[in-house]
Amino acid sequence: MGLIKKVVTWARIKSPWILHFNTGACNACDIEIIAALTPRYDLERFGVQLKGTPRHADVLVCSGPVTRQIEDRLVRIYEQMPEPKFVVAVGTCSCTGGVFNGCYNVRGGISSVIPVSAFIPGCPASPKAIIDGVAKLLASLAEEPKKKG
Amino acid sequence: MHNSDKFNIPLGPQHPALKEPEGFSVALKGEKIMGMDIRLGYNHRGIEKACEERTYIQDLYLIERVCGICSHSHSTCFVQAVEEIAGVQVPKRALYIRTLIAELERVHSHLLWLGVAGHEIGFDTLLMYTWRDREIVMDILALLTGNRVNYGINTIGGVRRDISPKQIEEVYKGIKTLEERTRYYIEVATQETTIIKRLSGVGVLSREDALRLDAVGPTARASGVNRDVRRDDPYAAYAEIKFNVITDDHNDVYGRTVVRVKELMESYAIVKQCLKDLPEGPITVKVPRKIPAGEATSRYEAPRGEDLHYVKSNGTEKPERVKVRAPTLANIQAVKHMLKDRYLADMPIVIAAIDPCFSCTDRLVYLSHCEPPKGVKQSQKRDCFASLAMTSRFKNAKVMSWEALRTYSIEWHRVHGIDFSELNNTFRKRLEKR
Repeated sequence: MGLIKKVVTWARIKSPWILHFNTGACNACDIEIIAALTPRYDLERFGVQLKGTPRHADVLVCSGPVTRQIEDRLVRIYEQMPEPKFVVAVGTCSCTGGVFNGCYNVRGGISSVIPVSAFIPGCPASPKAIIDGVAKLLASLAEEPKKKG
Repeated sequence: MHNSDKFNIPLGPQHPALKEPEGFSVALKGEKIMGMDIRLGYNHRGIEKACEERTYIQDLYLIERVCGICSHSHSTCFVQAVEEIAGVQVPKRALYIRTLIAELERVHSHLLWLGVAGHEIGFDTLLMYTWRDREIVMDILALLTGNRVNYGINTIGGVRRDISPKQIEEVYKGIKTLEERTRYYIEVATQETTIIKRLSGVGVLSREDALRLDAVGPTARASGVNRDVRRDDPYAAYAEIKFNVITDDHNDVYGRTVVRVKELMESYAIVKQCLKDLPEGPITVKVPRKIPAGEATSRYEAPRGEDLHYVKSNGTEKPERVKVRAPTLANIQAVKHMLKDRYLADMPIVIAAIDPCFSCTDRLVYLSHCEPPKGVKQSQKRDCFASLAMTSRFKNAKVMSWEALRTYSIEWHRVHGIDFSELNNTFRKRLEKR
């Protein structure tokens, strides 16, 4: 691995900026995501920062099942993110559709619309689970170049 | 740019100031908001319809997921309606536990709001402080119910988990710390110059407007409307509990902050009373899977205001119709009014001030055949309910004036054994007092 590539990977792992997007969730996962960013759990110690726009974000954190109305917005937001990009599905609903599976306005989980890198189940996923998921995602980023090389 | 030109800017569904997907189209003239359109529905999942396809017990867990912040409010409201139809007498201990969880939920919701409000005015320190303290109440909720959010404590005929003396001790401990911290927040909210200057005079909603636009909860109470379902129409154990309804007459976002912060103290008092007077006995009674035919409406004072559920049963184990009217739907009309002729920069905090929950709000009303039949005047076209009444499905229905509708509903309730005459008198007296 070249030096520049090493530096880029290091920078990516040390400062993953996230964008939180509610795709039709009940708010429970959303507040748990915010709770993970506040002092008790403090996700920011991994360099994670919440950003306002998809153009600044490396990781898209989605919560909730994809409703028909939000579907094309979700795709549009995903497309606006710069490469390389990762998607984390937080909560059972965003993993599989959960209790809302089969509802007339629900498409299903996030993975039915855009590719997902990490699934964090739970109703709602607790901040501890979210931190675990994010840490595992970051660890996988470090390993990726090795597999290729 | 021409000064006279109005232009529209879209806000949302994804926007840093909004925590949930909702669309606003704001008409601006310079920095001033001339008008706005609210587009809801991004969060619509079809819960009401899904409820009709599942059993009452399954619905309980589905209804809980209408909203993740006031989940206990929705499930209690629903379960109350079902219990009313089934004619179940819920054990007292269960009612007290429901009240206890309800108040703890109010504490977590109000602390959450205080943090979000701080964030919206650029006071992120407050966000970090309140959310740190909020973890204490989350711990208590996890201790009592087994989950931090979406507690799943309600069941038809009572509650699913009992409270042990050891847990009560823990709750007392947590509440003591929270009280201390809340005293500090009251000080911050009422004395900190930055907060007072930023929030005073923003998002003004006069008492008349609050009544006209049917605002509910803290939004209405901050405009001097003395209205609280917990006192006016007691449910669960509230009839036996002493507490004050907090009102404020600042009419603005500052008033709403004060109301919420002071309500926290009331909630702690209610929690302590519940724990002190917790009656002994069973926590649940057995209820048959099939609920007899009937219908019921249930009211509940959620942290954001009055929540309303309507359940219609047809004698099977699945309901025929479930309708949810969440508090934000009542308050969202007021936002439009509050923002008229105000600055764009005030928009995030004014929207946040009603503590909106769009996943609660996104229910669906489908009006079939909205086009009026032949012979109806163009002026009546907008009145969808009028045309609805004329469609084939409602052939025998007639259009009523407001006064006629009022008389009809009073008569309907009298036939069903509810007499409003006394209530009317007390209302009149209360109005005269003011």
